[in-house]
Amino acid sequence: MRKFLAVAVAAVLASAAVAGPALAEDKFITVASTTSTKNSGLLDVLLPKFQDETGIEVRVVAVGTGKALQQARDGDADVLLVHAKAREEAFVAEGWGVERFDVMYNDFVVVGPADDPAGVGGMTDATAALSKIAEAEAPFASRGDDSGTHTKERNLWKAAGVDVASASGTWYRETGSGMGATLNTGIGMGAYVLSDRATWISFANKGDFQVLVEGDPQLFNQYGVILVNPDRHPHVKAELGQTFIDWLIGAEGQRLIADYTLNGQQLFFPNAKKGQS
Amino acid sequence: MDYLVEAFRAAFDLIVALDADLVEIVGLSLRVSLSAVLIAAAIGLPLGAAVALFDFPGRSAVIVTLNALMGLPPVVVGLIVYLFLSRAGPLGVLGLLFTPTAMIVAQVILVLPIVAALARQAIEDLWAEYREQLVSLGAGPLRAIPTLLWDARATLVTALLAGFGRASAEVGAVMIVGGNIDHVTRVMTTTIALETSKGDLALALGLGIVLLLLTFAINGAAEGVRRFARARMA
Repeated sequence: MRKFLAVAVAAVLASAAVAGPALAEDKFITVASTTSTKNSGLLDVLLPKFQDETGIEVRVVAVGTGKALQQARDGDADVLLVHAKAREEAFVAEGWGVERFDVMYNDFVVVGPADDPAGVGGMTDATAALSKIAEAEAPFASRGDDSGTHTKERNLWKAAGVDVASASGTWYRETGSGMGATLNTGIGMGAYVLSDRATWISFANKGDFQVLVEGDPQLFNQYGVILVNPDRHPHVKAELGQTFIDWLIGAEGQRLIADYTLNGQQLFFPNAKKGQS
Repeated sequence: MDYLVEAFRAAFDLIVALDADLVEIVGLSLRVSLSAVLIAAAIGLPLGAAVALFDFPGRSAVIVTLNALMGLPPVVVGLIVYLFLSRAGPLGVLGLLFTPTAMIVAQVILVLPIVAALARQAIEDLWAEYREQLVSLGAGPLRAIPTLLWDARATLVTALLAGFGRASAEVGAVMIVGGNIDHVTRVMTTTIALETSKGDLALALGLGIVLLLLTFAINGAAEGVRRFARARMA
């Protein structure tokens, strides 16, 4: 038994020693971002290039925008890369972030089954399309997770004058999960889904679903980047984080975003203002 | 049906090609879960034995607690560890959130009750059987602990395997405290969740098959060790 204990203790110490060096690496930043940037594969292209040029490793925690904002507020991230402009501006106004920069945009689309029970195919007015879905009481799968996409969806329902809260659990179904999981669920039960275009294009399990509603200016989806305020959280790696932001909204980052395509389609459109940093 | 065929092909391709990312992910999964089981064993086995052998006020409550904690939901453990390790939490200064260490901590909490509770039961049964014999040899409960742990080793190995199963299979805790960061905290289960969310169900299921094979290999190895030990005893 004593021998066993000795072996166990030695093994624990050894594993701690293995875990040690990983913690000692200091040239990395933590970025709280959304599932759409991650799942679309964009970051897999951008981050290695950035690391090659600067030696800074970027660790991305991909969660919903609501969770990402909370994580940044708690000081568990150095940089925030999300898509809910009003909430990002509030984040900066409250002093949690230093400054917000536009990075890129794409748009939202409403996807649905090929038989289109509510008959919204081809519509370009998102509010009218949602009203039609509500009237038909056709199943609609919502993120229901306080993410940027969910925020956009709630605003659209409000504009359409539909009270989805009272319909929750009937034709309006809140999955409380990420974009991909919600698409899986929606496709499984033939429900309409509001998705960002990047996730939709890169999604591999489309079934017979198609883009039915697109092209409404209301469906515009702007991404912003913010450095978490080191005055609030002194451990924030402000210098490394700022280097990343400058690179992302600079010529190199913007060019790579524009060049990123999947299945021949451009997923994100860079629109950082020149000289904004 | 197509998914199953594709999944097996995906699993086969991953293993045959010895995909570098897969090796890294499997390695981290093993490192995190095995470390958690070893730490839980170092604490849980003596703890279980002590609860089994000593009478103290509140002993029943401790036993009920240990048994109940076997059912701790991983996502709750993940959340609690997250709140403690967050920069806004009491242990935030350590900067451990989103590291493998944080994942090990969460899994230790999940595995410890299983190891301790099962060890307690095994030792208590043995103690009932050998008590008079051991006491007549002059061994009190404290001195009997190593002997009893050694004699119960077959059952205890099963307890450790149950703990390992719990650790390697859970996704709720490691997802929250690890953050599923590529090349840093990405393990088998979080990868499966990620691929599912990307809609790549075949690859996700393929990874699931790899995880199952790994679990089989570890349990097979444990059975081999047990047989070897028994043969030496005979």
